[in-house]
Amino acid sequence: MTVLTLPAQPGQDAGMAPLPWRRMVWVTWRQHRATLISVPAVLGVVALFLLLMGLKVHHDYAALAACHGAGAAACENRASALTSTDWTMANTILILMNLAPALIGGFAGAPVLARELESGTFRYAWTQGFGRLRSTLARIVLIAIVLAAVSGALGELFAWFFGPPMQNAGMSPGAATVFVTRGLAFPAWTLAAFTIGVFLGMLIRRVIPALAVTFGAYLALGLLAWLVVRKLYLPELAPGRIVILQRLPAVPHFWPAQFIEAGWLLALSALLVAATLWLVRHRVA
Amino acid sequence: MNVIETSGLGKSYGRVPALRDCTLALPAGRAAALVGPNGAGKSTLMNMLVGLTIPTAGSAAVLGGQPAGSAAALDGIGFVAQDAPVYKSLSCADMLHLTRNLNRRFDQQYAEARLAELGIPLKKKAGKLSGGQQAQLALTLALARRPRLLILDEPLAALDPLARQDFLGTVMTALADGVSVLLSSHALAELERVADYFIVLASGEVRLAGDADDLLAGHRMLTGPAAEADRIAGQHSVVEVRRAAAQAHVLVRISGPAEPVPPGWEAHPVGLEELILAYLRAPGGAAQPGPAAALRPEPTEVAR
Repeated sequence: MTVLTLPAQPGQDAGMAPLPWRRMVWVTWRQHRATLISVPAVLGVVALFLLLMGLKVHHDYAALAACHGAGAAACENRASALTSTDWTMANTILILMNLAPALIGGFAGAPVLARELESGTFRYAWTQGFGRLRSTLARIVLIAIVLAAVSGALGELFAWFFGPPMQNAGMSPGAATVFVTRGLAFPAWTLAAFTIGVFLGMLIRRVIPALAVTFGAYLALGLLAWLVVRKLYLPELAPGRIVILQRLPAVPHFWPAQFIEAGWLLALSALLVAATLWLVRHRVA
Repeated sequence: MNVIETSGLGKSYGRVPALRDCTLALPAGRAAALVGPNGAGKSTLMNMLVGLTIPTAGSAAVLGGQPAGSAAALDGIGFVAQDAPVYKSLSCADMLHLTRNLNRRFDQQYAEARLAELGIPLKKKAGKLSGGQQAQLALTLALARRPRLLILDEPLAALDPLARQDFLGTVMTALADGVSVLLSSHALAELERVADYFIVLASGEVRLAGDADDLLAGHRMLTGPAAEADRIAGQHSVVEVRRAAAQAHVLVRISGPAEPVPPGWEAHPVGLEELILAYLRAPGGAAQPGPAAALRPEPTEVAR
């Protein structure tokens, strides 16, 4: 028989201050260690690849630019060779970058609450002294900060990588597929995908279905932004305008448009977090 | 102070009621057993007391008027849910650290000593522990939080007979230290050892609630000729009538030991198990709140 005695009875602690938020840092780290290690690790590998390929691409296009003085035929050959190698690769990576927020955000977001609900551990997590709304909010915010940082860094690296091929192809940073991979838009889309994943995880309560629906919802949101919303603040460029320029074409309203896009995505994310917390508060069981 | 007060508490899933009109008042310092068959509403009631289930009717307060599920309420409650959920990928040491971070109080020394005594290694992953060890880990976490109220949903289910004895010993130690306990089970006989207060639930209704001694003093079994059973039953507040060929056994509520025994009848005291089983068998209409009615609280202002 256990002979250990319980510690002295605590007092009534009348004026209780809430537990400090910083305690959630270790908790979040320990509970989401797999996500918090694997996402930066995978993106680190991607970054290394982008860095190495970027050096090659920069070198190739610098050589092409230097070529313009030389014989026209030689330059043509070199340019067409780059089109089938560097440009194809750059374009493939561009497509992947368009999907990256859904992958990063979905895989990080959907399990946050769905796994707790699926395994029953929410009955542990939500009955501790920290309070379930505060602890849920802290976990969402802390993971969001990490995702914003790593996706922001990845976006910057990709912008550097993609500069010369884009310039050479006369593509505009305002083009829909490029616009979302740059500046503020890329981390904002990542956060939107993350909060969609968290919300749907709470709503659907199962990781895999939540993940699938998150991808669908992200796709729908992306189409909506492309076909409807973005037209309101980013004037379309004349299509098929292929110009070889030494500098990147200046897109009017590029940064204001970035701020607007990031702004409404963050507002949407905040709304989704609020809706998630409402569900946590009101629709547990 | 009452550690648990519910008033008209109810929960329905769609049109299916899981718990109806539950009014209870559990005084501090007691070990209350929540008994009833599967599906009686035991887990529903417990989940509402810790805020995991939102009531569809009535209200619940704990620890002297704190709204159930509020941070202030959870701060003083050690809750172990059914099947004792723990994070399977975390080591026992991590589970301790996690619980320490999520709570105002955590007695690390106590938790480590208890796990050591149970032979549960700190480095082992919680998911690699046996079912009984996981239950012990969850209970250790709840105890180390130094709760004022322990709520344990089916704590005996995963434990072998030896571990049950140890567990019941732990509950008695907690009681001696002033912790109030609410535990659910359908293993009635084992609960009799520790519980001094019984709440009997059946079909989502409270059939009986009260202090064990009061319940026993408030009932007696009358044995007499079967032919007179109906007449006797008409004169008493009857819980259950059982007839044999010649004799009838009538379980009645009494106001006190001085209540006269009908001539030609014998009165016997009843055992707790017998009493509880009778209330579980009795149709809903026959049941009345037991002595708990006397303990029903005045409406309490919710402390802010």
